[in-house]
Amino acid sequence: MENILDIIKDNILTYEHKVLSLAKAAENSLDVLPIGKEVQKYRDEGIICDLFEGNAPYRPRYILPDYERFMKNGSEFLGLKRPEDIWEAINNLLILYKHVPSITSFPVYVGNIDTLLEPFIEDEEEAFKAIKLFLTHIDRTLTDSFCHANIGPEDTRAGRLILRAEKELQNAVPNLTLKYGPNISDDLAIEAINTALETAKPSFANDDMFKKEFGEDYGIASCYNGLKVGGGSYTLVRLNLERLAKQASDESEYIDVFLPKAVKAMAEYMDERVKFLVEESEFFKSSFLVREGLISQDNFSAMFGMFGLAECVNHFIDSPNLADRFGHGDRANELGLKIIERLEKEVDKYKNPYCKASNGRYLLHAQVGIDTDDGISPGCRIPIGQEPEIHQHLLHAAKFHKFFPSGIGDIFNFDTTVKKNSQYILDIIKGSFREGMRYFSLYCSNSDIIRITGYLVKRSEIEKLDEGKQVLHDSVVLGLGSVKNQKVLNRMVRKDV
Amino acid sequence: MCKGLVNRILPFSSVDGPGNRTVIFLQGCNFNCLYCHNPETIGKCRACGKCVSLCPYDTLSIVAGQVKWHEEGCKYCDRCLEICTENSSPRPVKMTVDEVAEKILAFKSFISGITISGGECTLQCGFITSLFKRVKEIGLTTFLDTNGSIALWQESELISLMDMAMVDLKSYDPKEHRVLTCMDNEVVIENIKYLAKVNKLYEVRTVIVPETLNNYYNVDMISKLIVSLNSSIRYKLIRYRPKGVRLELIDSYIPRDEMMNELVKLAAGNGCENVIVV
Ligand code: SF4
Ligand code: SF4
Repeated sequence: MENILDIIKDNILTYEHKVLSLAKAAENSLDVLPIGKEVQKYRDEGIICDLFEGNAPYRPRYILPDYERFMKNGSEFLGLKRPEDIWEAINNLLILYKHVPSITSFPVYVGNIDTLLEPFIEDEEEAFKAIKLFLTHIDRTLTDSFCHANIGPEDTRAGRLILRAEKELQNAVPNLTLKYGPNISDDLAIEAINTALETAKPSFANDDMFKKEFGEDYGIASCYNGLKVGGGSYTLVRLNLERLAKQASDESEYIDVFLPKAVKAMAEYMDERVKFLVEESEFFKSSFLVREGLISQDNFSAMFGMFGLAECVNHFIDSPNLADRFGHGDRANELGLKIIERLEKEVDKYKNPYCKASNGRYLLHAQVGIDTDDGISPGCRIPIGQEPEIHQHLLHAAKFHKFFPSGIGDIFNFDTTVKKNSQYILDIIKGSFREGMRYFSLYCSNSDIIRITGYLVKRSEIEKLDEGKQVLHDSVVLGLGSVKNQKVLNRMVRKDV
Repeated sequence: MCKGLVNRILPFSSVDGPGNRTVIFLQGCNFNCLYCHNPETIGKCRACGKCVSLCPYDTLSIVAGQVKWHEEGCKYCDRCLEICTENSSPRPVKMTVDEVAEKILAFKSFISGITISGGECTLQCGFITSLFKRVKEIGLTTFLDTNGSIALWQESELISLMDMAMVDLKSYDPKEHRVLTCMDNEVVIENIKYLAKVNKLYEVRTVIVPETLNNYYNVDMISKLIVSLNSSIRYKLIRYRPKGVRLELIDSYIPRDEMMNELVKLAAGNGCENVIVV
């Protein structure tokens, strides 16, 4: 009970943060999941980790409501009619957002907001005002950087207004993705890049690639997670590839014995979490989102996360020379690919009947890490400070992206000189997608808003928190941790010559 | 097959023309600008061997009377450049068009095109013409970054294969130009007029060097020249930076923002529509 008193007495947490922390503490006082000995050992060793999902899953981790349907039908439960103009449209959406569950209790997906609002745009300046209020409302009330909005893959007036507004507002929330495909003109793409250079968003998603895996109705939620709209992911558990590597005597033992064993244990653990959520928690029987057809169990899957590939590979390569290490040496890069190929093969062996959105498969996810990860890199990323030249970096990253439908991405920090030549970045994005990259994020070296691992935080807010002052957004806490442990501010600045 | 003497290839550049471009820097220049910030690209190596024994990483040797550089071992410490008295470097390599094209193909997905720069690339006209031909077959755009000292109107094949050029006009005053570069600016100005006429002039550039050049006069006259040709041609004003320069030849400093702003205003006032500062 001591931790509960600690939460209550904490003098930095806001009231909202306290309520959420107390709820989590209550959930974690339970012990309802049957966890095998092997799994528990992996958990204790930090090899398998459920990222604070809690001991008794009572809502899916990632929910992507079908907001299109909500716009068409309104909601009986919320007593909302179909909107007639832009003000009613944004009001309805803002109401629904407060009823979309997640691990943090903030929605991780707020919809394809350009196509949702496009039908209501009559007078552009009025719409611009409405959109600015809408986005500000999201930033100040859904105070969690994992809240993610999408625009594209069509060129809409609403999309352009949203970019314009974000450029002006410089808000950390929501995270924003442009689904980038053939219908996005160069002109709009350049608008998006110019916005990203000011405010670190939008990121670019390879629309073709996501569509091939999920069909037309996919969304990007949380950091960069591709999932089916009208569904989502029950859970995300992650595997620490590096820590597991330290138990194996060599790379072949790792690949042939340790990896299969750990995947089996993790799949078992995920099965238990999904089972409890679906069969015991009554979520799918009690939620109005299900009743009103905004989500359906058929559109859910679950995410098999991994991280620390770079350190895992470097452990086996065991060379002090950067030229030999992950991201640089051929042998290291080949070993990295071999590990991920095997991981995919092993994960594919396990079927969960409730993961209907992915034919029973668990979806691979390159997890971006958490604030307390020290000296270990997200997903398949090259460690910060060891990045190779950008062309080499892109070709390297592209090789890994195809394995991770439910999310992987790389972040590039550009020098301010590129502001004079946004086409330069567009060329790079187009090339990356041609080469098989799935998700591309960028920001500018002088921007206040920066992308930490997947989410956005303001540098100025991090500094405030570091001085012990209270901040509105809870992800600033995570950002501060990552700045200290993962040296995010040292990410290589891309500058040629 | 004719080979080019390549100083280095920069895979991605955001400052050498529109979009992302691979830049091929050729070795050798016929100017010798006082403010040159990579003087090691000016001269040709005469295999004196001084740098060979000096290289701390043993990456240089003399083979058949020529210096051979072993790229893998090079730590880019630049000791060889410091010792060379020929404004040269042991690192440039002779490359065929195919060899350069192979490098470009590796970056093809990511680039709008290539820019050939230098040194002064038009001194190797045959090579750059063949390279442009090859790059056009690959489907990329071809840009030239030149000091404008070679009469380009006589190089019809090169010009037909070239999309656009960026030309330095370092000084409008012939005398000052001669002091600065060792050559006259007459051909340079003729080239600028010619390229503008055939719609292949992407950008004119002037480096601003406080207390060394007549900067206000130059920008005034050059901007008027640009406007007389086509006011939408980009005029790029480049701040002098004392990095890499031969300090025994030049004593200047980075121009202040106020000065650059005044120059931009001057050029814009003359009707230049696209003035940028770097
Ligand atoms: S690069 Fe210069 S120092 Fe080295 S061998 Fe050639 S001329 Fe001599
Ligand atoms: S820069 Fe020159 S001196 Fe230095 S390692 Fe390379 S070749 Fe040798």
